[in-house]
Amino acid sequence: MKHLVLGALFGGALAVPVCAEITLNIGYLRVEQPAPPTLSNLDPIPESNGLAGAQTGLADNLTTGKFLGQTYELTVAEVYEGEDPLATARDLLTASPYLVIDAGPEDITAIADLAEAEGAVLFNTSAGDLALRDAECRGNLLHTLASDAMRTDALAQMLVKKRWDDLVMITGTHAADTSYAEAMRRSLTKFGLSLEAEKEWAFDADMRRNASQEVPLFTQDFGDYDALIIADEVHDFGRYVLYNTWEARPVVGSEGLSSVGWSPVIEQWGAAQLHSRFEEEHEREMTAQDYAAWAAVRTLGEAVTRTNATDPETLRAYIMSDQFELAGFKGRPLTYRDWNGQLRQPIAIAHPRALVAQAPLEGFLHQTNELDSLGLDRPESNCEAFQ
Amino acid sequence: MIRLTAMFSLLASTAMAGEIWVTNEKDDTISVISTETLEVIKTYDVGERPRGILFNSDYSRLYICASDSNAVQVMDPNSGEILHELPSGDDPEQFVLHPDDRHLYIANEDDAITTVVDVETRKVVAQIDVGVEPEGMAVSPDGKIAITTSETTNMAHWIDTETQELFANTLVDSRPRHAEFIKDGAEMWVSSEIGGTLTVFDTATQTEKAKMSFEVQGVHPDRVQPVGFEFTAGDTHAFVALGPSNHVAVVNAETYEVEDYILVGRRVWHMDFNEDRSMLFTTNGVSGDVTVIDVEKREAIKSIKVGRFPWGAAFRPTGS
Repeated sequence: MKHLVLGALFGGALAVPVCAEITLNIGYLRVEQPAPPTLSNLDPIPESNGLAGAQTGLADNLTTGKFLGQTYELTVAEVYEGEDPLATARDLLTASPYLVIDAGPEDITAIADLAEAEGAVLFNTSAGDLALRDAECRGNLLHTLASDAMRTDALAQMLVKKRWDDLVMITGTHAADTSYAEAMRRSLTKFGLSLEAEKEWAFDADMRRNASQEVPLFTQDFGDYDALIIADEVHDFGRYVLYNTWEARPVVGSEGLSSVGWSPVIEQWGAAQLHSRFEEEHEREMTAQDYAAWAAVRTLGEAVTRTNATDPETLRAYIMSDQFELAGFKGRPLTYRDWNGQLRQPIAIAHPRALVAQAPLEGFLHQTNELDSLGLDRPESNCEAFQ
Repeated sequence: MIRLTAMFSLLASTAMAGEIWVTNEKDDTISVISTETLEVIKTYDVGERPRGILFNSDYSRLYICASDSNAVQVMDPNSGEILHELPSGDDPEQFVLHPDDRHLYIANEDDAITTVVDVETRKVVAQIDVGVEPEGMAVSPDGKIAITTSETTNMAHWIDTETQELFANTLVDSRPRHAEFIKDGAEMWVSSEIGGTLTVFDTATQTEKAKMSFEVQGVHPDRVQPVGFEFTAGDTHAFVALGPSNHVAVVNAETYEVEDYILVGRRVWHMDFNEDRSMLFTTNGVSGDVTVIDVEKREAIKSIKVGRFPWGAAFRPTGS
């Protein structure tokens, strides 16, 4: 019933005068993904990961909208393991052409390919996979989550800058780990670096008790190196590697010095204000996925504010135009790449206690925009859906 | 106009001495710089995370936004003593004093509210809902209009000071940071940090009259971020802090064209002039210093080390 009423509102909004009240409904779809078991339970993934960010974005939009006669609604749907995400996605897309998605990469492309998604504006806020920004891209799919490649490019810039060029890597066995490792290898090649050695983490013992015995031995045959890269995106073993390596060397990658789309340690550029708004509302710290969902909802809010329209053609055209800019608390305006729909953004290089640097680092130049030194640049991307 | 000029030169000849008071955001202190010797002559401890700073009209009181203390502190600038605190709402960042010398308009950054405080009764007179992250504050010379800019909503909110209610909301570019009325209140200027622009409004109609953008050689446009700005005598030129581009722009306030760029310290934020406006003092957050600019020559002449993250600056004369 609610969907029908909303549909009527949308139809009316196009015809009425500029200053009339308008409402934008945004769908939010969470498709539960099985979380692999990890050795430590110290940092559980919050239940509301992503959704909380969308809610803070909605609150920001509403505050702005009240001065302009614009209101926003968020319709949230959750799909549990074993259920069909496409059926729920269809329902949401029938109610609104705007859908923020928290799902695995296969589900995301399947949703984008639905007949109901034609002409819609979808946001990927959960999958960093390179393929989604490359040959597997979709013309109706934007990405507010930084791609894995943007993050590994940022770290590679840091390695170049620190002249840590003798590198080794330990990779976990989960799909997210191997995908990150692949992105890392690509980034190292891109910035003229290479790996001296690689090992796979295939322990099945409980490292909480014997990391101090196992990790030194495991890292001993790396010999000398400048930095150890950890590809452990599910955060299983990486935390036990720090301070247990045979050689006293920095640990970077998924643990230690990490490159992330968002982090509670970002204080500059007004970020402290976003943190305090978020923490007051949700009583926890804001994750990178929360940030991606916040950015998606704010993108729509910004487009509605500036165009006073609610139809997807107008909003999408504005979002992809030169006029669009999102103030994203990262020190420079955020915009979308017109070749694959990725949100351009600086990447934080941080450890859990402080921000160390922000990529693009000084000296990494680019002919049009230094932010495009991170991730798939126009000539590198095989995405054709945006042409 | 002639009378004004005469007044300025009179002041200049009799009262050249003065001080620039600078809030150090990450040191919880204020540095006092002599405009004669260009040295720090005093440092005062104040509340947590001091940012906005201003004097009342006869310079007998100093008001300080102590953001993390959630208060506006009132100091006797002659003794350096904190006399009392005013209720300010949460996280006061910037503020402006009404020409009646009595009402402070305070931006509460975390609460999307502008708080109006009576400094005599020390009571909150009104709280006005504004956009997300209110920051820039201005009041018209006739006292009829107050402005709050909101950083995330990207608006200038126009407040009728009689009713303490909004009567207009105008969109500006991303992250508006600072607002000023000039030309006897005929124009209202707003800087947009992320948008990289300065917008000029016609006060009577609240419509956009002009917009300026900036280009600093060798600096990516994204990093040219206008924040604080102040006007030379007669409102002929604006000096505009351009944040992480480490430059101050000189803008012609008649033609709305940028005439010059001056290299200063890192992440230049706010500023104030000395008495005859021959020297400008800019706060440079990252380098932790204040740059002194010779206004006529448009050159930086000295850097003065202050505390960590200098934020606001306010002038007071001492020679009279």
